[in-house]
Amino acid sequence: MSIKIEHISKSFKDVSALKDISFEVKEGELFGLIGPDGAGKTTLFRILTTLLIADEGMATVAGYDAIKNYKDIRNHVGYMPGRFSLYQDLTVEENLEFFATIFGTTVEENYDLIKDIYIQIEPFKKRRSGKLSGGMKQKLALSCALIHKPKVLFLDEPTTGVDPVSRKEFWEMLKRLQQKGITILVSTPYMDETALCDRIALIQDGKILEVDTPQEIINHYPKKIYNIKADKMYELILALNAYEHNHSIYPFGEYVHYTDKRGDFNPTELIQFLEGKGLKNISIQPTETTIEDTFMELAR
Amino acid sequence: MKIIGYIIQKEFKQIFRNKVMLPLIFIMPLIQLIILSNAATFEVKNIKFSYIDQDKTSFSRALIDKFEASTYFNVITDFSSSKIANSAMLKGEVDVILEIPQYFERDLLKDKKTDLSVIINAIDGAAAGVENVYIIQIVQSFNKNAQTNLMQPSDLKNMPKSILSIPSFWYNKTLNYKTFMVPGILVLLVTMITLFLSGMNIVREKEIGTLEQMNVTPIKKHQFIIGKLFPFWVLGMLLLTVGLIIARVLFNVPMVGSPVLMYVYTSIYILVILGMGLFISNFTDTQQQAMFIAWFFVVIFILMSGLFTPIESMPQWAQHLTVFNPIKFYVEVMRMVMLKGSSFTDILPQFGKTFLYAIVMNGLAVWSYKKTS
Repeated sequence: MSIKIEHISKSFKDVSALKDISFEVKEGELFGLIGPDGAGKTTLFRILTTLLIADEGMATVAGYDAIKNYKDIRNHVGYMPGRFSLYQDLTVEENLEFFATIFGTTVEENYDLIKDIYIQIEPFKKRRSGKLSGGMKQKLALSCALIHKPKVLFLDEPTTGVDPVSRKEFWEMLKRLQQKGITILVSTPYMDETALCDRIALIQDGKILEVDTPQEIINHYPKKIYNIKADKMYELILALNAYEHNHSIYPFGEYVHYTDKRGDFNPTELIQFLEGKGLKNISIQPTETTIEDTFMELAR
Repeated sequence: MKIIGYIIQKEFKQIFRNKVMLPLIFIMPLIQLIILSNAATFEVKNIKFSYIDQDKTSFSRALIDKFEASTYFNVITDFSSSKIANSAMLKGEVDVILEIPQYFERDLLKDKKTDLSVIINAIDGAAAGVENVYIIQIVQSFNKNAQTNLMQPSDLKNMPKSILSIPSFWYNKTLNYKTFMVPGILVLLVTMITLFLSGMNIVREKEIGTLEQMNVTPIKKHQFIIGKLFPFWVLGMLLLTVGLIIARVLFNVPMVGSPVLMYVYTSIYILVILGMGLFISNFTDTQQQAMFIAWFFVVIFILMSGLFTPIESMPQWAQHLTVFNPIKFYVEVMRMVMLKGSSFTDILPQFGKTFLYAIVMNGLAVWSYKKTS
């Protein structure tokens, strides 16, 4: 086990940020921690990276106890906080060298590991890191977190505020790092990124809702989901809310994801109901369940 | 050791890259040194003097001439009544009103005594005190002249021999205020700059989030602290050097004592200030908070350092408090060494206290610095 979390709880004054959390991350796994803002993701990261001490429970990272062997953990993990936190007045090169030195190593020694990533920002190595674009900052931060060849890599919302192309690139980089044997724990509020993880944990209000592979989590979804579309989105939602058999209604892009309370749902009946409400161009199609649907269902 | 060296190197890079910071660190204090040393004088000059002469005799005119001759007083005008004079004082047109009563000359000649009324604007209490002393001096010297003039040869035997004291101001013969202000102001600048910079430096890393990044590295507490603070120690010493050169070249302040002693003492003193800065930054989350707290201490330290008001004239409890004021010791040491040429044994009490202070302050700071929140 690369990360083992047992009954971790943490409160800040009267706010309880984590409530009895337990899960495990296997060695070499790309594990996603999925949840909305304020769910407790960052608090959990801070406990695992020895920046915070849990009120209750215990955790081990790379085989080291988070409290007793915190010094060993610091030698063997890489942490990339959600906010860009490198020295903005140092250049790309200087930041990388600085972190290498702090970890008692050199850039040359572990260059293999970061080569793929660093090569993309190398043309700007004389530029101050504060002057880099968002995507480049992130690549630099990842390089700095990797420069000491960590066993476990913690990435706290690495793709928040990053454009779709860079996000995709970033996940590809993570996949490549995983192949090099690094265990990765990554948190994200974006449900669509979860499909790229080996396993995910859904977290909300400091509680773990479910831990499994993305596919299994989708399979657990008990209902059939329908995409409903009509000419007026807002009126459609109002009408569906008034429909007595509805189980859940969530706007999803240009569609509304609809589930019915009954096992034998008949779309034509709903179409008639909606037409009665004055809506036109109605279409109802069965659709694939997504992680987001599962999350919304679990979080109800 | 390599890690400390690298942090120091990084810190210096950041200082020198900050286009605003470097001039702030060096130019601003030096401008302050030059301006303050020229401006912060305890002498009160150009006192706006007015009088009401109800006697209008040669005696009263002779007294007023005395004031006119003084370099401290500017005789603005005379008033016909105290009512007009008082309203002029209220408007701030005059600082001092001297009222010479009717029969001034007659009473002085006949009764050998008379009264003068003096009104002083005491909005600024310190200035009023000084003005009072000047006025007394002038009136006394007038008095002495008058006596001599009035003296009958027969009186001579009965005259008490007057006792004359001739003061001699050691270590600052001409009572040149610059000579004792410059070392003091230099002390303030070294203190302020090092305290503000060190206090804000670590908080800054908190603010921009790099501290968190540093805390997950295996870097040791002492490595980080030494690496962060050493550059400011160097800056403090540099500032002292530049300040001493200005004191010597521009103000011609004597340097009787050993510069080595000044540097040795300063090197310990800056440790106290850096410890204080670190302590402040441990308990604050933003640079703004750190700045406010640093200011709070600096203002108290400056006003209770004996630089602007003598410690001896403070109430007893305040005098006891000054034991915790590092600036007080520094001002004392700098003045003693620069003006008096004190040796190491002379400053040993201050040195010992500062050394102890440095140990306690840094001990507290390191103890309260936590890598885990």
